[in-house]
Amino acid sequence: MPPRTAAARTSVGGPLPSGALTGADERRLPRTLHPLAWWIWALALATAVSRTNNPLLLFLVLAVLGYVIGMRRTEAPWARGFKYYLYLALSVVAIRVVFRAIFASGVTPHDHFLFSLPHIPTPDWYAGIQLGGPVSLEALLSAAVDGLRLACMLCCVGAANTLANPKRALRILPGALYELGVAVTVSISVAPQLVQSVQRVHRARRLRAGRTKGLRALRGIVVPVLEDALERSLRLAAAMDSRGYGRAGRATKTSRRLTGALMLLGMCGLCAGAYGLLDASTPKFLGLPALAVGALLCVAGLRLGGRRITRTAYRPDPWRFEEWAVAACGVLSATLLFTNVGFDAAELNPSIYPLSWPTLPLVPTAAILLAGAAGFLAPPPLPVKRPEKAAK
Amino acid sequence: MITFDHVTVQYDDTVEPVLTDVDLTVEEGELCLVVGHTGVGKSTLLGAVNGLVPHFTGGTLYGTVTVDGRDTAGHPPRELADVVGVVGQDPLDGFVTDTVEEELAYAMEQLAVPPATMRKRVEETLDLLGLADLRHRSLHELSGGQQQRVAIGSVLTAHPRVLVLDEPTSALDPTAAEEVLAAITRLVHDLGVTVLLAEHRLERVVQYADRVLHLPGDGHVVSGPPAEIFRTTTIAPPVVELGRRADWTPLPLSVRDARRAAAPLRTRLTGAPIPSARPPVPSAGQPRLLDAHGVSVRYRGQAVPAVREADVELRGGETTALMGRNGSGKSSLLWALQGSGARTDGTVRVVPWGAAGAGAAKGSRDPGDVSATEARRLVGLVPQTPTDLLYLESVRQELAQADAESAVEGGPPAREILDRLAPGIDGATHPRDLSEGQKLALVLAIQLAAAPGVVLLDEPTRGLDYRAKAQLTAILDGLAAEGRAVVVSTHDVEFVARTADRVVVMAEGEIVADGPAADVIVASPVFAPQVAKVLAPLPYLTVEQASEGLAAAGTALGVAADGSGGR
Repeated sequence: MPPRTAAARTSVGGPLPSGALTGADERRLPRTLHPLAWWIWALALATAVSRTNNPLLLFLVLAVLGYVIGMRRTEAPWARGFKYYLYLALSVVAIRVVFRAIFASGVTPHDHFLFSLPHIPTPDWYAGIQLGGPVSLEALLSAAVDGLRLACMLCCVGAANTLANPKRALRILPGALYELGVAVTVSISVAPQLVQSVQRVHRARRLRAGRTKGLRALRGIVVPVLEDALERSLRLAAAMDSRGYGRAGRATKTSRRLTGALMLLGMCGLCAGAYGLLDASTPKFLGLPALAVGALLCVAGLRLGGRRITRTAYRPDPWRFEEWAVAACGVLSATLLFTNVGFDAAELNPSIYPLSWPTLPLVPTAAILLAGAAGFLAPPPLPVKRPEKAAK
Repeated sequence: MITFDHVTVQYDDTVEPVLTDVDLTVEEGELCLVVGHTGVGKSTLLGAVNGLVPHFTGGTLYGTVTVDGRDTAGHPPRELADVVGVVGQDPLDGFVTDTVEEELAYAMEQLAVPPATMRKRVEETLDLLGLADLRHRSLHELSGGQQQRVAIGSVLTAHPRVLVLDEPTSALDPTAAEEVLAAITRLVHDLGVTVLLAEHRLERVVQYADRVLHLPGDGHVVSGPPAEIFRTTTIAPPVVELGRRADWTPLPLSVRDARRAAAPLRTRLTGAPIPSARPPVPSAGQPRLLDAHGVSVRYRGQAVPAVREADVELRGGETTALMGRNGSGKSSLLWALQGSGARTDGTVRVVPWGAAGAGAAKGSRDPGDVSATEARRLVGLVPQTPTDLLYLESVRQELAQADAESAVEGGPPAREILDRLAPGIDGATHPRDLSEGQKLALVLAIQLAAAPGVVLLDEPTRGLDYRAKAQLTAILDGLAAEGRAVVVSTHDVEFVARTADRVVVMAEGEIVADGPAADVIVASPVFAPQVAKVLAPLPYLTVEQASEGLAAAGTALGVAADGSGGR
């Protein structure tokens, strides 16, 4: 990659992340953006996506995601996973279209007839569902657009995972959820060891000329591997205990119960609120108010639960102007799409019956492009040191 | 710093207490070495220091253990984390995070050290242990020695006053072990940390110890300065054994001291006929059992081959030691020879055992081509983790399964083989409850049930104490005497000196040296056993050999030293 070597020569910071830095970036100090900022940005964008069925806008969102990722991702292994989210998104679209074609809902006289699948008669008690039959262009298009919307939301989450180091994201979990974070971290690091263990035992089976396939072989493999894993986890537990994990908590029984109750109620509120917000047909009080109350209860619960844990974080990510900026452009874009100011809500969901060409409404387009500003508002990421570079 | 006051530890599943009425004090800044055979309670003693015994392991502890004024009865391990740092045998087992820097910070995060202090301490520790270059590396891609140094660093950042290390070098090759021990001694000398260290390979650490805690096996602990304790201990490094037989006072603990004391001994031995360190090998008349030519192993997705064009010839009755750094291709070569591992190139021909003799070469076969059942009749391999092969509930079932699997006509049943290797193992015992040495014997018995002519052992000495190693030597000698070819891959030079007739050294997948043990290891600065270093340039390898040499020269070792040896 010629641009990269050229940029590396001019900068003092060592190897550079993918994509050569532009002039403006070279003057900025590279640092990692707070993972929470990326997550707010991405989730806000996903919320914005949930508002629209307009394929042009949806493609614009994908383009914006691609731009931001191209600008701000690192070379770390977890940052190379966006393509898998894209594959997943594509399969979501494909599955939706295929299902729509198979479970056809029939065609009206106005529809554009495409092709017909052989009709499979279903028994009476199964009458609601029709298998096969004629398939219309409209049905397929609406399925594709629906799938595309879901795919876009998936890609938003994928983008957050690509841009924010998942491990650092786990570290910002509130104190009360710390154990959860540890469990995830440990399992991530133990998984490869388990795989190695399985490979080793499987290879060793041949030494005893034991079967390497079938149910009886399973025992010969599972038993040593599990025994191994069990012993190892005991040793890990001892090591963690010796290193101060789970030191003195001041939690009383009542405070633990109170935390549990607050969290449970808060979660219910959050779920109800999210449902109310995303589904237009629910009563108004189920939307924002429920969400707010739920969030408040959750925060209170987490605060109370977190109080018993005394722990500090090594090199915590700071929250500065850039974090505000990135989070704000995501939230702003979602807000713009939700307020319906300056554009007709119908433009967000262009009609399929009758079929019409979607238009690109000005304000929503601007809103989504605004989210793309994160690409240059966020500081350039820290270069990932390669082992051979680090050894020098 | 550490006080044990009438401490008795009793586990629920044993009749006898592990430790009985232990009274001892370890002063601040001491490097204290804990010695004893496997299973005498070394780990219990070490675990009691930070409260893992009995808080984590269960059992009952009578008496009091006090560390830096804190009673472990009222302080579970986590509450002692700022006073005692514990490092285990396998560093990978204790890692919670996945990069060096985060691992170093972990304990401090738990202790709620302020971020600014944390940052400073991580930098200091990186420098102290020479880890600065590795700070962003993933823990899994480090070498064993580096991992162990990170493990030590990760407890050091909490600034503990006491460091407890349970066999920190047993999983490492000699160079990596040196690296770790150098780091430990530096901590003792520069920072005044109190260190409690258990180690099987005493020859590596004895010279650094200020005090020795000897566990003779009856639950008691004898404490004293090393030169005093090692006069009578049942286990001692070769240099001490040589000193004991020569009656040198004070007892030399390092090669340097012994060499200075040994000058008269060397003069006396010069010119005397040198006895063989090993029983003579009738290799001249013995058939070649295994003939490998140009063996290369290259794993998928790896640019550098693990083994490159290795030529190996194994004769019946000969024990060969395979040495080399971690990752030099020893295991890959053994697996390739057995036929179960990958082999990209080369030929391996094995003569079936028993069929040896005139015209046997015609019946030779390639273990990679035949079925697994056939391959294990040609070559038996005991893998690095012998327990990988065990999956049944009792020793009896495992042995019965081995008989069913191999079914060699007229061969002895596996139980008989096991009794010959390690007598007195109860058939009802669960294989996981056996000691390391017994597990090894069990797996070896299972493999021998198929009556292979070539026996390969991949690092069997890991975690074995002196006694278990001596037993293993006897077992392997027995196998060789039956006319089998034995190959042992190991890092343990003292074991090689006693056990091997021939030494093959590998580096980066290539065989760099192959010859009689004495020729290969005596001159090597890394592989030379202690006796060879003390008596160089005379090619003596073991203490027994040296005393035999003197007996042959007409004087007992002790008498020789009496006149002029004492300083």
